[in-house]
Amino acid sequence: MTAPVPGPTLVSRAPDIAFIFKKALISALVALVLFSLMIGVRTEAGPTGQLIYWTRFDDLAAMVATVFGGSIVVELLRQWWGPVGTVRIVPPAAQDALVVARRAIAPVLLIFTFLVPVIFYDQRYILDLGILVLTYVMLGWGLNVVVGLAGLLDLGYVAFYAVGAYSYALLSTNFGLSFWVCLPLAGILAAFWGVLLGFPVLRLRGDYLAIVTLAFGEIIRLVIINWQSLTGGPNGVSGIPRPTFFGIPLIAGDNGLAAKLGIEYSPTHRIVFLFYLILALALLTNWVTIRLRRLPIGRAWEALREDEVACRALGINTTTTKLTAFATGAMFGGFAGAFFATRQGFISPESFTFQESALVLAIVVLGGMGSQLGVALAALTMIGGFELFRGFDQYRMLVFGVAMVLLMIWRPRGLIGHRAPTVFLERNQAISSELTSEGRG
Amino acid sequence: MSDENILSVDHLAMRFGGVVAVNDLSFTAERRKITALIGPNGAGKTTVFNCITGFYKPTSGAMRLTHDDGRNIQLERLNDFRISKQAKVARTFQNIRLFPGMTALENLMVAQHNALMRASGLTFLGLIGAPSWRAAEKHAIDQATRWLDRIGLLERADDAAGNLPYGDQRRLEIARAMCTEPALLCLDEPAAGLNARESAGLSELLLSIRGDHGTSILLIEHDMSVVMEISDHIVVMDYGVKIAEGAPKDISDNPRVIAAYLGADEEEAIAVMEGGT
Repeated sequence: MTAPVPGPTLVSRAPDIAFIFKKALISALVALVLFSLMIGVRTEAGPTGQLIYWTRFDDLAAMVATVFGGSIVVELLRQWWGPVGTVRIVPPAAQDALVVARRAIAPVLLIFTFLVPVIFYDQRYILDLGILVLTYVMLGWGLNVVVGLAGLLDLGYVAFYAVGAYSYALLSTNFGLSFWVCLPLAGILAAFWGVLLGFPVLRLRGDYLAIVTLAFGEIIRLVIINWQSLTGGPNGVSGIPRPTFFGIPLIAGDNGLAAKLGIEYSPTHRIVFLFYLILALALLTNWVTIRLRRLPIGRAWEALREDEVACRALGINTTTTKLTAFATGAMFGGFAGAFFATRQGFISPESFTFQESALVLAIVVLGGMGSQLGVALAALTMIGGFELFRGFDQYRMLVFGVAMVLLMIWRPRGLIGHRAPTVFLERNQAISSELTSEGRG
Repeated sequence: MSDENILSVDHLAMRFGGVVAVNDLSFTAERRKITALIGPNGAGKTTVFNCITGFYKPTSGAMRLTHDDGRNIQLERLNDFRISKQAKVARTFQNIRLFPGMTALENLMVAQHNALMRASGLTFLGLIGAPSWRAAEKHAIDQATRWLDRIGLLERADDAAGNLPYGDQRRLEIARAMCTEPALLCLDEPAAGLNARESAGLSELLLSIRGDHGTSILLIEHDMSVVMEISDHIVVMDYGVKIAEGAPKDISDNPRVIAAYLGADEEEAIAVMEGGT
């Protein structure tokens, strides 16, 4: 990579015109088949329920022409660049800078996060977005234990998020327990459900495990919807107490924290408090996970992801090891759920759909399975990016999707794909993602 | 007699549906000796191994393991991880099963899982960084370092196991099995794919494991030079039954063994066994 990248070698390697045209024609044909129904014919229900349709062949033609032209451009670019080396797109100088940046990114990000409420004190939108991102960072870190470290594909993670949220909501509204009492209880209950689910399920591997966890997520949601007497069904639970500063409420008035500190009350105080609360919870998750990785249990999780048979031959109880991973991940999900409930003040089953599970899983996979920093960056990209693209209006999903695809081409094993060893003698060198396995359940 | 035998297999049988992989096999492995299990491909050697190490539940028969302190363990009653944890039987695999994405050192640390789990107070003491845990961790790293030094991989301790050359991976897998501090070490074709020099090194390693650690070894091997050099006792299997048993030199000129290996042509068989490998 030190030698300068040679210029276009059109002379020696003329573009193969016939090949390019053939490829473009095939692409255009596929586009024609796909778009003829999607774009070419538009249907709508008429006023009396009859079918109204009209054709938009001009749009269809434009689309197919775009695909045809685009295919030629892409193919020319590819031939001009030579064999696709993603490294070549980034110049060597920039790569060196990236290495430096990679080392600095975690502390810089952490300091910046601490300063967010100071910098953006007046911007409620930014603060709310920050809280949202941090919630997903925490969920991502929690799921990272199950998927990233232990290699168990869990598609129903939102179930534990829901258990945590409903634990806090019901305990506080029915028994008047405070947030700080309910927080550990929510974690314990979620972990308990994690173990309960884990026992029958962890005999399954790979796809089967994914399907059962997916079903479990749905079951929890359906139980919440249908158990009206306890959970309020689709109406949800409202009037969930706001968190207090260790017993001192964050309200206007003589008993509020503002009055006690002798400062003027502002509703922003609560938002800032929530921000630091979720930051503390997320950092706790991170700290515990980092510690666990260096303990025998964490190493056993990763060993399990690498080779379950070898683990059994070494006398590792694979069932309890998987269960602890499940329970630990579920516990963090429960904490995040309790936070979600206290932040919203209202929860309903609609907040705990499969889409949430998929989003958190996407964050973990995109971040690079097992990497704490990667997951944080991915949560920032996914949630923050989603907001960033709001300006594109109806094309938001499209732009977002393209960004995801490009990211996965550039970094197929996630933003941070390499693995850091948990113990070393002399050199703490990262392990290439090609060697680590994703686990098969 | 039972004190001299670490393992005695009695009338072991393993059937998969209608296929009889092992039929009425009885043999013993002496304490602090190297016992080799040989036989042509498909003779059922690995099936015997899988029964002993708990990966299969035998159809019938008994396998008794006798520890140094006279404690008897019926292996057929324990399942998978308990064989390694309680009975102290470690094994390696025919196709190497290291943790490729973890470093050589980490591989050896995972092997000490059960001891470290106890030392870390089932994780809780470790989480708060208790001094007793730190000491136990240091001890485990020292033990791993000793083994890495022993197999000549100290330089590559921090390299991913999947990046090591084939021969090194073989030795690392043996070191990993030894880190579980086994009473009986079962090696499934440890010399497969090694060149002559590496095979010689392997023989030396196995002899030193037997000599210095007093670990009994049960070995499946096709490389006759290794088998003949280091084995104290050889059991020959064919079609799931034992066809011969004895000291290496008795086995090497046993016509039944030679016939089993290369069909009825004994002349050719003798030539291959003496010259080829």
